[in-house]
Amino acid sequence: MNRTPYWLAGPGILAALVFVALPLVLTMALSFSPFSNASGVGSGFTVTNYVQIATDGYYLAIFRRTFELALLVTGICVAIGVPEAYVLSRLSPGMRAVSLVIVLGPLLISVIVRTLGWTILLGNEGIINRVLLASGLTTEPVKLMYTFTGMTLALVHVLVPFMVLSVWASLQKLDPATEQAAESLGASTATVMTRIVLPQVLPGVLSGGLIVFALAASAFATPAIIGGRRLKVVPTTIYDEFLGNLNWPLGAALSLVLLVIVLAISLGANRYVERRFRQVFQ
Amino acid sequence: MAFLDLVGLGKTYHELIAVADCSLSVAKGEFICLLGPSGCGKTTTLQMIAGFVPPTTGRILLDGADITDLRASKRGLGIVFQSYALFPHMTVAANVAFGLDMRRVAAKERADRVAEALDLVHLGPLADRYPRQLSGGQRQRVALARALVIRPPVLLLDEPMGALDAQLREEMQIELRALQRKVGITTIMVTHDQAEAMTLADRVVLMNKGAIEQIAAPFEMYEYPNGRFASTFLGKANVFAGTASGETIMVGGLRLPWVASAIQGEVDYIVRPEKLGFARDGGILRGRIGARVFLGHHWLYQIDTPLGVLQLTEANIGACGAAEGDDVGLTWSSAHVRVIHRGAAP
Repeated sequence: MNRTPYWLAGPGILAALVFVALPLVLTMALSFSPFSNASGVGSGFTVTNYVQIATDGYYLAIFRRTFELALLVTGICVAIGVPEAYVLSRLSPGMRAVSLVIVLGPLLISVIVRTLGWTILLGNEGIINRVLLASGLTTEPVKLMYTFTGMTLALVHVLVPFMVLSVWASLQKLDPATEQAAESLGASTATVMTRIVLPQVLPGVLSGGLIVFALAASAFATPAIIGGRRLKVVPTTIYDEFLGNLNWPLGAALSLVLLVIVLAISLGANRYVERRFRQVFQ
Repeated sequence: MAFLDLVGLGKTYHELIAVADCSLSVAKGEFICLLGPSGCGKTTTLQMIAGFVPPTTGRILLDGADITDLRASKRGLGIVFQSYALFPHMTVAANVAFGLDMRRVAAKERADRVAEALDLVHLGPLADRYPRQLSGGQRQRVALARALVIRPPVLLLDEPMGALDAQLREEMQIELRALQRKVGITTIMVTHDQAEAMTLADRVVLMNKGAIEQIAAPFEMYEYPNGRFASTFLGKANVFAGTASGETIMVGGLRLPWVASAIQGEVDYIVRPEKLGFARDGGILRGRIGARVFLGHHWLYQIDTPLGVLQLTEANIGACGAAEGDDVGLTWSSAHVRVIHRGAAP
């Protein structure tokens, strides 16, 4: 038996163990530690942190907001990203290169710069509101900063490229003649899209959706700056527990609950879609 | 009485002429092959008939109605694509049913017609398979069934045998011919394979460089090519450039036999390899066998002569007539010679 591959994989496995598995195990251990404001992190075993998360309406609201946000962002990314990828795949090579750079633009900019850019756009004195006021469409500024809408906008902006790239990869494998075949059999353009193109790019939509969902649910900087203190999501709450309240065990418990829910939803969606549309995935 | 009429059909991409002034009348039930080398415009012509490429000039008339500006989805033609273009996410039955779905055919009738179409191509038992579970030949049958089930007035085939191996290709050709006769559907097929065109077509439309070279039945085109291109693309041919004056033809200083006609001046003198024979002594032309190749049903000789390298084929019926390096005489009958005025054909 050839052992070389195992040796070659060694450094990667070691890195994964040290930098991923170990911290996760430590975080898990931490999440079962007791905490008091007076003495900090104690020793022992307790499930208080989890009970608190499961029963305290404050945390439940934060979790609900986080996943509503992630689902909404994923939905909008599908709605925007799929047509965008299709158009992209039909462009001439020159136009496609230019368009691709534009699509990937948001990923090329630092998250802080990009998010602060959004605050310039979204604020009460921001460009969007000035235009709306000047055009007479509204009489007072529309509230966008520190709102759910604002967070959604900014997250969709940065996450759409993942959807586009993922769907685009699927489109590469699509035989354009299938569209012509459907057309010759009497299908309208809309029918060609819904019954021929969309089912064939479903694997791309699924993987793009999973990436977007996971990234949206764990996004920190955008909710922190655009959502602010009022609209907390799980990642900003974890940050606050660790660095504000210094309640590390609760922060660790929140992290693990977030991880488990994201994993559960991702794997569940993956299984469901793969079963439902089995033929496309083989 | 023409069923499908192409009238001066042409397509120009920017400055590039893909198809120029293509006119063709197809009778109902006829099997037409568009034959030519790649880039000759045959596929573009088919795409214009299908409605995927708008023609720059000319009209397309189907059963008397002008369909030039009709969308592909409204033409109702049956098309089999080179890649078959089956819908990978649908079963064989769903693939075939798609066109009926689009026509809102009732469920009962739809099921009957799908079953009927699948039986026609002997695929009944595979109705619930997916395209990827089928062999190349089976996929092609599905594509055929899917195109035929909508009962199209015309069937268009774009290099349908291109992806099949040689043996399967021959089987499918015979089957396709039988099927076409049985259904009686007007068929236009694009191919670059001259053997395929000869096997299948009632008439062959030979194309080159965007223009039609010759339209004729296979035998007629083979025996009476109208030019150098037709003679060498359809089958093999020995073509000499010569001069006809009065009753003689001179090729490279030699006087060659022909049935004298009114053709005068610069001519192509064409004689097929199988029409040549070895002469014991003398002969019209002498040469030396440069190469001999065994091709199963016949031998192919390459013979170096003063007029250049000639091809001669001899049926494999026992011993072969000459070996490599032999000096031989060549002879042929003037009845098998075609003489064509050079530059007469388009």
